[in-house]
Amino acid sequence: MRTSLFFAASLFLLMSAAGCGNDRSQTLPILGSRDAVTKVVDGKTITDTIYHSIPDFELTNQDSTLITNEFFDKGVYIADFFFTHCPSICPIVQRNLLKVYEKYKGDERIKFLSHSIDFRYDTPAVLKSYAEKLGVTNDQWQFVTGTKASIYGLSDSYMVYTKEDDSIPGGYDHSGYLLLVDSNRHIRGAYDGTNDEQIQLLFTDLAILLNEYE
Amino acid sequence: MTRNTSIYTGTLGLLLYILFQACQNEQAIRTAQYAVNGQKLFTTHCQNCHGAKGEGLGNLYPSLSDSTSLIQHRTQLPCLVRNGKGDMPANPQLAPIEIAYVLTYIGNSFGNEMGIVTQEEVQQALTACQ
Repeated sequence: MRTSLFFAASLFLLMSAAGCGNDRSQTLPILGSRDAVTKVVDGKTITDTIYHSIPDFELTNQDSTLITNEFFDKGVYIADFFFTHCPSICPIVQRNLLKVYEKYKGDERIKFLSHSIDFRYDTPAVLKSYAEKLGVTNDQWQFVTGTKASIYGLSDSYMVYTKEDDSIPGGYDHSGYLLLVDSNRHIRGAYDGTNDEQIQLLFTDLAILLNEYE
Repeated sequence: MTRNTSIYTGTLGLLLYILFQACQNEQAIRTAQYAVNGQKLFTTHCQNCHGAKGEGLGNLYPSLSDSTSLIQHRTQLPCLVRNGKGDMPANPQLAPIEIAYVLTYIGNSFGNEMGIVTQEEVQQALTACQ
């Protein structure tokens, strides 16, 4: 009895110690290509790393107002690509993203950005109706549209595959990744939005990333 | 004589009971078969929007766990699956038997207990589609 109690106690201590250690030391990687630049500062030659980041953007949101990268600069955000009448993976991805939204609703450190890749059909009014029906009630989650060049160009920056394809139900082919982006617009995580385990990982990683700003 | 009569009556009763049970079981087995086939179709054609547990998604896609509504609209369900409605796409490729499978699956999952939706029932409903 006493031995087992001792074991339980030490196991608990060990686990909590390990847990603390993880939370403190863990950081997320910066994804994407990187370049090394050598420059001379104050007479010294230093080598700096330029990480991949999302370029400046200007898009139209569900309220027909202009949304730029500045709206997202104060915290982290999760981005994805979808279209409203998508019959395949989008509903699964949006269902999962909605879980994250509901958990962090009202938390100003995190925002959400869904890009429509159907620049013909998904007008701001269509996006507005979609957002309302999905259950999005504040401006924390933005649904945006833009020119084909701007949206498809951005999807390359987010490393998400998008393509118009008439042979596919809905007319657009794309991958259902959720991208975790930090306040420097670096991609810190990419998660398959249709996979429950990946969604759990997103929840974990998001907490780790938010911890960096504590 | 009386003893024989009671034996006969007893045996007859037992036979009837076994037959009744067999029919019941047959019906239950058939429902289960339909539901199993329907589950595969559900995964392919319905689950993305309506969810693995039939929970729907906000007000975009309705939940399928509302038994009352299902029962109320039972005769319209085959047409809904076949022709779609609003945002719901049509499924013209589904045969009546497949519609019966998938409706049986939905009707007996997510807390629903609608019993079997037969092919005949589906065919009859489909002739009355608007």
